[in-house]
Amino acid sequence: MTELLITRSNHLVDPYVHVWAWQIPVYLFLGGWVAGMMSLAGYFQWQGRHRDRQCTCVLTPWLGVVLLSLGMFALFLDLEHKRYFWRLYTTFEIASPMSWGAWILVVVYPALLAAALVQPPQWLRRAVPATEALASWLESRPALVRAVGLASLVLGLALGIYTGILLSALGARPLWSSAILGPLFLLSGLSSAAAFVHLVARRRDERVFLARADNLFLMLELAAIVLFLIGLATATEAHKQAAGLLLGGPYTAVFWVGVVGLGIAVPLVVQSLAVRHRIQHTPLGPIMVIAGGLALRFVIVYAGQVSHWAPQVAQF
Amino acid sequence: MARYGMVIDTVRCVGCMDCVVACKTENEVPEGLNRDWIAYETRGKHPTLQMEIRTERCNHCDEPPCVTCCPTGASHVEDFGRIVLVTHQECIGCKACLASCPYDARFVHPEGYADKCTFCIHRVKDGLDPACVAVCPTHCMHFGDFDDPNSVVSRLLASRRHHALLVAAGTAPRIFYLD
Amino acid sequence: MDPLSRRRFLKISSATLGLAAGGGALAGAARAVSSSAASTPPTGLQKVPTFCDICFWKCGAIAYVRDGELWKIEGNPDDPLSRGRLCPRGTGGIGAHRDADRLRTPLIRRRNRGDEEWAAVTWDEALGHVAEKMQAIKSRHGPEAVALFSHGIGGNFLKHTLRAYGAINFAAPSFAQCRGPRDVGFHLTFGDGVSSPERTDIRNARCLVLIGSHLGENMHNTQVQEFADAVGNGATVIVVDPRFSIAAGKAKHYLPIKPGTDLALLLAWMHVIVSEKLYDQDYVAQHGFGFEQFAASLVGYTPEWAYPETGIQPEVIRETAREMARYRPATLVHPGRHATWYGDDAQRSRGIALLNALLGSWGRKGGFYVPASMDVPEYPYPPYPTSEKPQVDNPGGRYPFALEAITTGIREATVTGQPYPVKGWFVYATNLIHALPNEAETIRAIQNLDLMVVVDVIPSEIAGWADVVLPESVYLERYDDLNVEWFREPFIALRQPVVESPHDQKPNWWIARELALKLGLGTYYPWRHVEEYLDTRLKGAGLSLAELKTKGIVGGGTPPVFFDEGVAPEFPTPSGKIEFYSLQLQEKGFDPVPRYKKPPEGPPGTFRLLYGRAPVHSFSRTQTNPILHDMMSENAVWVNADVAVRYGLKTGDVVRLKNQDGVVSRPVKVLATERIRPDCVYLVHGFGHTATRLRRAYGKGASDAQLITRYETDPLMGGTGMNVNFVSLEVES
Ligand SMILES: Nc1nc2c(c(=O)[nH]1)N[C@H]1C(S)=C(S)[C@@H](COP(=O)(O)OP(=O)(O)OC[C@H]3O[C@@H](n4cnc5c(=O)[nH]c(N)nc54)[C@H](O)[C@@H]3O)O[C@H]1N2
Ligand SMILES: Nc1nc2c(c(=O)[nH]1)N[C@H]1C(S)=C(S)[C@@H](COP(=O)(O)OP(=O)(O)OC[C@H]3O[C@@H](n4cnc5c(=O)[nH]c(N)nc54)[C@H](O)[C@@H]3O)O[C@H]1N2
Ligand code: SF4
Ligand code: SF4
Ligand code: SF4
Ligand code: SF4
Ligand code: SF4
Ligand SMILES: [Mo]
Repeated sequence: MTELLITRSNHLVDPYVHVWAWQIPVYLFLGGWVAGMMSLAGYFQWQGRHRDRQCTCVLTPWLGVVLLSLGMFALFLDLEHKRYFWRLYTTFEIASPMSWGAWILVVVYPALLAAALVQPPQWLRRAVPATEALASWLESRPALVRAVGLASLVLGLALGIYTGILLSALGARPLWSSAILGPLFLLSGLSSAAAFVHLVARRRDERVFLARADNLFLMLELAAIVLFLIGLATATEAHKQAAGLLLGGPYTAVFWVGVVGLGIAVPLVVQSLAVRHRIQHTPLGPIMVIAGGLALRFVIVYAGQVSHWAPQVAQF
Repeated sequence: MARYGMVIDTVRCVGCMDCVVACKTENEVPEGLNRDWIAYETRGKHPTLQMEIRTERCNHCDEPPCVTCCPTGASHVEDFGRIVLVTHQECIGCKACLASCPYDARFVHPEGYADKCTFCIHRVKDGLDPACVAVCPTHCMHFGDFDDPNSVVSRLLASRRHHALLVAAGTAPRIFYLD
Repeated sequence: MDPLSRRRFLKISSATLGLAAGGGALAGAARAVSSSAASTPPTGLQKVPTFCDICFWKCGAIAYVRDGELWKIEGNPDDPLSRGRLCPRGTGGIGAHRDADRLRTPLIRRRNRGDEEWAAVTWDEALGHVAEKMQAIKSRHGPEAVALFSHGIGGNFLKHTLRAYGAINFAAPSFAQCRGPRDVGFHLTFGDGVSSPERTDIRNARCLVLIGSHLGENMHNTQVQEFADAVGNGATVIVVDPRFSIAAGKAKHYLPIKPGTDLALLLAWMHVIVSEKLYDQDYVAQHGFGFEQFAASLVGYTPEWAYPETGIQPEVIRETAREMARYRPATLVHPGRHATWYGDDAQRSRGIALLNALLGSWGRKGGFYVPASMDVPEYPYPPYPTSEKPQVDNPGGRYPFALEAITTGIREATVTGQPYPVKGWFVYATNLIHALPNEAETIRAIQNLDLMVVVDVIPSEIAGWADVVLPESVYLERYDDLNVEWFREPFIALRQPVVESPHDQKPNWWIARELALKLGLGTYYPWRHVEEYLDTRLKGAGLSLAELKTKGIVGGGTPPVFFDEGVAPEFPTPSGKIEFYSLQLQEKGFDPVPRYKKPPEGPPGTFRLLYGRAPVHSFSRTQTNPILHDMMSENAVWVNADVAVRYGLKTGDVVRLKNQDGVVSRPVKVLATERIRPDCVYLVHGFGHTATRLRRAYGKGASDAQLITRYETDPLMGGTGMNVNFVSLEVES
């Protein structure tokens, strides 16, 4: 039996680390979601199929700008030394995922805008004639559209992976120290993005296509989760303890019920049945997927902060 | 250049917290926050017990994740003595470094920047020991240059059994505890 | 004759310096010093030497003032007590200056005692009021009816004023609530006490036995430093404590004794050492008196006999006894300090003294050294008035071996009016509510008073009961009397102001002097400023205030301190020898050799309440210090881990403690730990403040003092054994 008393009680790290509250999971979720949207829109633009994929390619880039800005705002809210925010952009720290993230955003915004301008919505065309002109100009240059799409796709994938690497690069928290976290967050972002389009698309074929895509993402996500847990459970004692948080600890219920059950498995079943015409398409599946994506970020961020290299101790 | 670190004799340390108080006053650490602290670890069953008492702080790791994760370069390794420091005006308070430190050695200063032990670089540059080392009534703390094989710290490490904390976390800590 | 007077070292050559001759120069010198103090530059770094007052160890210190603000305080490297390093309380001492809860102005009570409703008044009004009341008491009851409770060097000037007034009853909790029994036990044995700082040569001990002395938590600086030296040198440490103290963590042998049975262990140890002839036979033959009778008295006290009493295995008792003997005379059985545990404490302390005598450690390296001091003449005051009356605290020599006045004796006299009424209390720097057992009795006594004056720095519990509260400057803001220390290396130290008092607080010397003037006792204050007083005393020792102000400390060299170094062994007992068998005890009807009595057990379902120190606090005086409060803001009740499981408690859960008399503590967190026996619980003393104006400390943790409603009085010397209370755990829902 070991008793450990520690005389420290530093806010944010004691009795366990809680440096990040809702802002960071929200930021990571929104970032991942936007990444998914960019990847999808970019893919279709690159393929030159943006005209049949109305919703994906018109709505998502614009929405991406908004959501990403919201995400950035959440991140900003989390900063403790806000008036030095600009310091992010006076340097590029090659080893810091956060620095990468900051700079990725610098290119993500123009890319999003470019993707958005490929197909501005009707009201915008009317309101700002220049956008109409720009869109027609782009229309006549498919190679440029493809390039915009490719940029969007690549940056989307990078952004999505970055949201996971941000955590996995922080070696101090065993739950996060997994290479799967980047792909997992990317897949979750893709599934949320596909779910969103599935939810709002008016064209049936687009809806069905994205439901199928979503199902694929969800299955891959499930696989990533399994790999993630196996990876932890077969590593060091600290990693096992960290996995324990999800496999029989305080975060188990919300993880298995919220993230895996309601956020992945149930919508996967519902959507599979829907694409096979066994049941009607319902908005329920996509909403669950999106909520599940948010829950995933919350669980991983919160549980990760509790995970520790040292054996868990009572602080007094 | 030097590579400063500490060697702490757990046999002598009584856990009196003088090192913590001295750091408070020397560095005007705000109320409710600590750059250093004491861990009392007791093993066994009454009355057959063993206790190790440690004064802990930032380990000024050779592989500091708090530095690599910092997006602004605020957290950095100072040339002087390889001391890990935070430049207050460069820190945005993103707390990545807090999350990345396996020792939870950092905190956010009420003014918003990440803060922690500085190895009292201002004193060391003046040829003094850090405040915690200089105050310790049991003389259990030793500060010095690990690159110098003749320094007290190097010689203590060479001559006595010792351990460091959470080596598995891979940060190569530079504070050692004599058993 | 003071047997130690030959150990005083006169540092000076110019001992001829006449007081009359010095008189003229003096005023000028004093003026010069005070003007230099007044012109404190507001920028840059200043280092001001002084000595610490967070406890009574009086470590030499250097305070740093940065741009006019107190920054930090460090040990004075010239000081043999601190060796340049303060303890955590001393390092955090600057918080006393910054404490936002400090008393700011004199206060006069508006309504009932204890209501804490006050009118802020000027010093003139406050002292005028006090003087008036004192004159009334004097005319009705005589000056003996005013008593002073004071703890620490700061009380000296107030004591002087009260002596001049005619008072004769002065007591401090440092005797009957602290080291009294120990000093009496040693006096009865060696003819001399252990004194403070203790004359223990810990650093050279090769075997150190700590019976409850929890060094490392008890942070008396020099002792802790030397303890670490001893541990670092590989000394064998034997710790006897129901609680696995910090010191126990360093011990080769930890003896988890059943509380209250230490004398049984001591007797068994001595039995082993005597029966196996392991004692220092030459030393005992040369210096001992009554050894044969003593040896005969030990016969029944075998380790096997002690085992059921103490819970310590006979083999362990034998092994540790032999180990002590192996290293003698460098085996130090520490006499402890706070020895008022069970009411048989002077006899237990005598047991410790006798064990040391067997080991030959008194006067020997690694045992007890013979301290020395420098010769600094007292200030030449006019003689004090004399009194026909005896002191009230010990009527008829009820406690024949009391060496000092008994606080609780004065309290009792105040309640009973016997042998004569006590109508005025001055309380200087002692929080009697936390320091004396049985708070209700203290309040009963206070309610019998015509005048209750408290001089304090914070609105403590005792200040809450005062009629007049006088706010004192903290030690960093004032001069005090000189510390003329008895130590291995004798020295003189000066306390001097480092920064100014933030409000209308005044130093004790000023308060004492102004009060004397109001009482018409101006002739007792031939000096106007304490600097004149200090300079006069220092001149008498061939030094000067100016020198002390720059150095803080002047040392008197390193005289021989052990018998082996040439100090002549002297034992100022009636026999002139170490009294293994005490005829003086026998004469007064006490056991001439210690005899064990079983301590009474508590009611079933209760735990013996033990208490002690935390390294970062001093008694009840530091909990509002913002720095030290930050280190430890509340105490916890230590409960044995298995007991905690039985009660369904875990660390951090909240309980109340209820004692045998139904007194219930404040809510306090549980520390469920293997580090304590199952039959007792433990609290760090000084927490659980009830004074509402102690904003930081109010209501945090539980007070041991509140639960100490019972105590056992030591029949030899009137000490109050306080480890005799039992509590049950009331689980908070
Ligand atoms: N229950 C219980 N009782 C005990 C003890 C215990 O452990 N438990 N310990 C005993 C022992 S060993 C001792 S020595 C005594 C100690 O007993 P005390 O010396 O009475 O100790 P404190 O309780 O700290 O009370 C000191 C008071 O002095 C005030 N004070 C502090 N500094 C100054 C100053 O500079 N000037 C003035 N005027 N006032 C000041 C403080 O605010 C506080 O009110 O208590 C004894 N009584
Ligand atoms: N930090 C700090 N240090 C201080 C002080 C302070 O206020 N704060 N005060 C100073 C003063 S004035 C004093 S008097 C000393 C007091 O300190 P000490 O004289 O060292 O210790 P005590 O207060 O007598 O006893 C406390 C220890 O005795 C153990 N104990 C309790 N009952 C028994 C028993 O029946 N048998 C045995 N063997 N052990 C028992 C307790 O578990 C605890 O470890 O500390 C001094 N040092
Ligand atoms: S000051 Fe020294 S003895 Fe005290 S806790 Fe710190 S390291 Fe240990
Ligand atoms: S201990 Fe923590 S804060 Fe200090 S250098 Fe290592 S990782 Fe960084
Ligand atoms: S909180 Fe400051 S020092 Fe820490 S990683 Fe962020 S910017 Fe760097
Ligand atoms: S080295 Fe200086 S900053 Fe670091 S813990 Fe010690 S005193 Fe504090
Ligand atoms: S032992 Fe500590 S509190 Fe006491 S005088 Fe020395 S430094 Fe001050
Ligand atoms: Mo004491």
